[in-house]
Formats: sequence, C-alpha cells, structure tokens
Amino acid sequence: MSITKYRTLKDVPKEEFLVAGTPLCAGCGALLVIRLFHKALGGNVVWVNAAGCVTLMATFPYTPLRSSWFYTAMPSAPAGAQGIRDALDILIKKGKLDPAENLKVVVITGDGAASDIGLQSASGAIHRGLDFFYLCVDNEAYGNTGFQASSLSPIGSGTATTKPTHLYPAGNVLPKKDLFEIWRSHRPPYVATISPSHVVDMLRKVEKALSFKGPKLFLALCPCPTGWGIEPSESVQLARLAVETGIWPLKEAVYGEVTHTHIPSKRRPVEDYLKVQRRFAHLFKPIKNEAVIAEIQKQVDEYWSKVER
Amino acid sequence: MSEKSDKNGEGDHMVLKMLTGSQAVAWAARLARAEYIPAYPITPQTEIIEILSEWVRKGEMEAIFVQMESEHSLLTAAGTAAATGARVFTATSSQGLLYGFEMLYSIAGWRAPLVLVNVARALAAPITLEPDHNDVLAARDSGFLQFHAESVQEALDFVLLAYRVAEDNRVLLPAIVNIDGFHLSFTRERVDLPEQSTVDEFLPEYKPVNPIRASEPVAKGIPVLIPPLYSFFKYQMHMASRNALNVFREAAKDFEKMFFRSYATVEEYMLDDADTVIVMSNSFAAVGKQAVNAMREEGRKVGLLRIRLFRPFPTDDIVKSLRGKKCVVVVDQNISIGKGGITCPEIAEALYHLEDRPKVILPVIAGLGGKSISLEEFRHAVRVAERLASLKAGPDGPLLLFREDEAMLVDSLLKIASGG
Repeated sequence: MSITKYRTLKDVPKEEFLVAGTPLCAGCGALLVIRLFHKALGGNVVWVNAAGCVTLMATFPYTPLRSSWFYTAMPSAPAGAQGIRDALDILIKKGKLDPAENLKVVVITGDGAASDIGLQSASGAIHRGLDFFYLCVDNEAYGNTGFQASSLSPIGSGTATTKPTHLYPAGNVLPKKDLFEIWRSHRPPYVATISPSHVVDMLRKVEKALSFKGPKLFLALCPCPTGWGIEPSESVQLARLAVETGIWPLKEAVYGEVTHTHIPSKRRPVEDYLKVQRRFAHLFKPIKNEAVIAEIQKQVDEYWSKVER
Repeated sequence: MSEKSDKNGEGDHMVLKMLTGSQAVAWAARLARAEYIPAYPITPQTEIIEILSEWVRKGEMEAIFVQMESEHSLLTAAGTAAATGARVFTATSSQGLLYGFEMLYSIAGWRAPLVLVNVARALAAPITLEPDHNDVLAARDSGFLQFHAESVQEALDFVLLAYRVAEDNRVLLPAIVNIDGFHLSFTRERVDLPEQSTVDEFLPEYKPVNPIRASEPVAKGIPVLIPPLYSFFKYQMHMASRNALNVFREAAKDFEKMFFRSYATVEEYMLDDADTVIVMSNSFAAVGKQAVNAMREEGRKVGLLRIRLFRPFPTDDIVKSLRGKKCVVVVDQNISIGKGGITCPEIAEALYHLEDRPKVILPVIAGLGGKSISLEEFRHAVRVAERLASLKAGPDGPLLLFREDEAMLVDSLLKIASGG
C-alpha cells in the first residue's frame, strides 16, 4: 500500500464532524461508520441522503453535522449529488463562486436505497463518471421502517417480511445481491468494502479514494442492534465477527482491479457469527437447521477459495 | 412593432424568426442564460433538449447539459442544482412528468426556483402522443407556478417571465411553462426573438437564498416531525404562490416596457358585451377564438376567457371577467375520472359568492388526447348553456363532446379490433 498517515488507531483524526446527540439508536453501526468516515474525508462536505435510518440524523431544527446535508428522496440521492456537483462546477467555472466554497459531494444511503429503489440512479451517476463519494451503510434490511427484507438481506435471515415459518424455515430464501460487483462492473476509479471494526483499513481506503476523480464507492457492513437482535455494546464485535468468519470480505477495486485488504489467516466458522444474532435464531432453535448453516458456510468457503493469497 | 423589429442589431430591437414552440422555449432558456440543463428524452419534448445539447456542445451556451437516466433523477438533479445556486432549465412531457412526480413536490418544498417546460401529452393508458392537460394539471397542487401558453411567442415569453417571477424573493417557487405537444411544440409561427442585452436587463442574475457553500453549512430538505411545522412551511409556500400574482403583474409591466408585449394573468377575447363566455387555456384556445368569431358573425354574443396563469389561480381577474355574464362554458381539456373537468370547479368556486354570478356554469370535456374541437361542438356547448339558462336549470354532469363522424370512425375501428 502507498504511503498512508493511518497506521494505528492513534492516528484517527481528533476533529469531530458528527457530534453527539442524534436520534439514531444506541450502538448503530452506521453512525459509527459515518463518524469515522467523515474524519478521513475531512471538512467541506455535503452529504446527500436518501430515505433511510440516517435521514433521522437531521430533523428540524437540529443537525448533528458540522457539514452540509441535503435529504433528497429515496430513489435518487445520486441524482441529487449530480445536481449539486454540476451546479458547483458551473458556478466556479463562470467565476460566480469562489473555489474555496467548493465541497466534496457524498451520497449516504442505506442498503434498500442502494440496491433496490435507488440502484438505477446510482448506476446512472457512476456511468456518467460523476465526481462523488457513495457511502452505503448496509444493515441488511429496511431498518427505518421496521426491518423488512431488502435485496441486501442475507439468506437465512429473519426480517419483518421474511419471518421464519413452517413453510419457510430458513426465513429469507433470497440471496444477498453482490452490490460490490454491480458497482465494480461500471469500472469506477474506486470501490471498497469497509467495516466499523477495522478502522485503520477504513481510513486508509478513504485516504486512497480522495486521490481519485470520479465515483468512489463504499459499502459498509453496519450492525443494527434492533434489527439484528444484539446488544448495542456488541455492534463492533459483530462487525469483527463478520470479517473473521469471512462473511464480510474487506477489499477494494481500483478501476476494477480487486485487492483484498485483509485476509483472515484462519477463518472462524460462520456459526460463530450467526448464533449470536436474534435474526438467525431460527437456524438454531428449536432444532438446528444444519442445511441452511452449511449452505451459508459453503458460499463463504467458495468465495475465499477463489481469492488469491 | 414588426417594422421596428426589422431594423436589426441596435439596442433593444428584436429579430423576427419563424420558430416552432420547441425552438422558442430553447431560445428562451438560452436567452435566460440557463446554466444547468439535466434532460431525459420523451416524445414530444425531444426537440428542445436536442437543440440545447447542441448549443452547449458548440460552446454557444455556457452551461452544463447532462443526460440523466430518468425523469425522476432529472428532476432531483434539477432541484438540487437550483438549491445550490445555478439557473436551471429542463423539459419533459406526460409520462415523464408523472415518473418524476414525487420530486415536483420536493423541489417546490425546497423553494428551488427552476423552470420546467411541460410539452403536454395525454396520459397512458391508453398510451398516445397527442395532447391534453391531465399531465400538467396533475402537478397542479405541487407548488409549481403554472404558465399555459397559446402561441409560440407566449411560450418564449413565459419562460422569461417564469424565471423572473420564480426567482423573486417574495416567491421562490419553481415554475412550469406548458406548451401543447405537436399543436404548439411543432408548429412554426412568427416570433419576435428578443435581444440578449434586453433579456439581461429584464432578468438579472439568479441570487440563491441559503445555497450550499463550504463557509456556511446548511441542512436542506430535512424532516419536520412536529405537525405544526409541516403546516407552517406549507402555508408559507401557499402565501408565496399568492404573492406571485402581483410579482407577475409587476414583471409583466417591465416586460411590456422592454419587449412591447403585454400579458395579464388572463386574456379577454370579445368579452365586453358577451352574454356567454367560453373559458379555455393553452393552444386549443386559438380554435375557441375562431368559433367565437364565427358565432359573432351569426349574431351570438359570445366571448372567450383564456387562463394564462393557472397557479397561482388568478381568482380576482377571473371574477372581474366573468361576473355579470349570463353563461360560462368551461372547456376542460382534461378529465378527472368520476368527476369531470379540473378547471370548472375552480371557476365555479371563484364565482359562487357573487350576487351577479352567471346563471349557468357548464362543464365541458373536449379535446382529450388531441381530439379536435369543431365549430359545431362549440356551438352545441353554447346552445346547451343558453338553454339551461332559459330553463333556470343547471347541468347534470359534464358535457362530453364527441361528434357523429368520430363515433362512426370509432365504431369501424372497434369492429376491426373485435375481428368483425
């Protein structure tokens, strides 16, 4: 990796852009990611938001952000970013705006907006080479509306619309879309997965992305205490388990070239990650659903068998 | 005025051109120095965005033209760009307007004063290309100002007026300029093309309020979860829209001084001694005026009132024009299924409390999906209204105009469709 200012947790910038006092849940993985991500981004940011949990960060008359915020609509935050970026560019070009007033434009959405209703507008913005960041805080369901399944909900998870029943003992039977690969297929300058448990990895990735012009896309796995059925104090631990079991690979793609930034030396069994969450409880009680657990393990093993060491 | 226009090039003189409605609104966007044009193609709007993209690509307009992937995204980008401080122009039509519908309310709520040309086209299903006004009137309650153009000249002038009114600090609302697809968008008429310097004088640079800047962070579009706040902001929008009536009148006065064309919120055509008044809007009003001419020759005291500014609704001017008349025939080129026309109840409500209100207000549906309106149909509607007045009776529902020759045509097509 190229020269970085981030070596240990001590290198996390002290400056806060997201201050205390948001209405988001205790232990929200997304909130932690946004706070750390913003530190690496630095100031002069406008966040462009689609409907989701984080929409509630700023409710009139309060905002916990020291940067700007624009809530657009659920399907079209990337298009909102397009309008802001283009407007700043043309105003600066025409000499109507001091270049010191320029901003980094950052889309922030949940997984539902990213993978379902807003996939089209994201694809459009990436295709047009828009100079922006996209941070998808993925808690693997529609958290803000009560945790219904999205196309980023993993197989085997119980959500408000994929409750395990005797007809559907696995809960969600649909696979998680591979949003990293969907984004990567557009060949943007930078795509990465990040985790709130691997902070230095995250900061280095943001640092690297800052050097590119064009779409810079981040997919963050964000444990959700209320939806996943974990204690708020366990969020970071769960995020770490997702990495250590190999369920959440940490990687980046520069102009489509994939590199894994963290390869677990010995992967823990997926069961360690699944069994501590209420959303997977039906896979263990009243009888253990060996088939589904084995299928999840098999998918993870197959993924890593293709990763070059 | 036209002789004067022929003298080219000096100061505020104008150039005469033959332009389509589409070309005229593209020229208006150029003259307004629109600097951001997000677009997505849809028939019959395409000529507008083709022209603008070419001008930008040739460097004739200093603007960013970006082709989006949908009208929903187009409207989102248009709104955030206007909120960031760029003068934004865009155009769409019909299904496109409805596809982006959610964002109309958002843009208005953001108080982002952009100008959107809607090239009217009837809504699916059944899908068609010809115009009526269900598309533009679907946006009636969104907070957008609405200018409805009859002629190519009006189409051009209304875009300039729309920017001036929308960007006024007493208004700060987006605007739709409606031109009827095909009938106006692709019809060539003689147009006085204003000089750039005069337009610059009429339309100063857009100065955004609370734009997004590094030095002054803002939070825009955020939730108001306390109900009185929601009501408060909606009432503010309403009052801003009502302000637009006088702002429009002021702007129209300046416009007349600079361009020698005068616009009121409504146009009165042969109204002074009229007993019966036909109310219309947009390009088909030209056909209505022809019918008025013909009926006048037959000795009937008929006139026409055309609504130019539909939002804000010019209640006072409509009252002034229609009070004391015997019959009002409201020709709605739209249909609210299960009720009737959209304009008629608004006219009726405006007149209800007057002592000298018209005896009859006849709701008429005509011209849906581009169906022509013949002289005989106008005559029939006027006759029905006048008969009701003499009987001291009211209409029992809207009059749905349809001709015998059309019924025969439809009948023959139905036979083919059923294999008979």
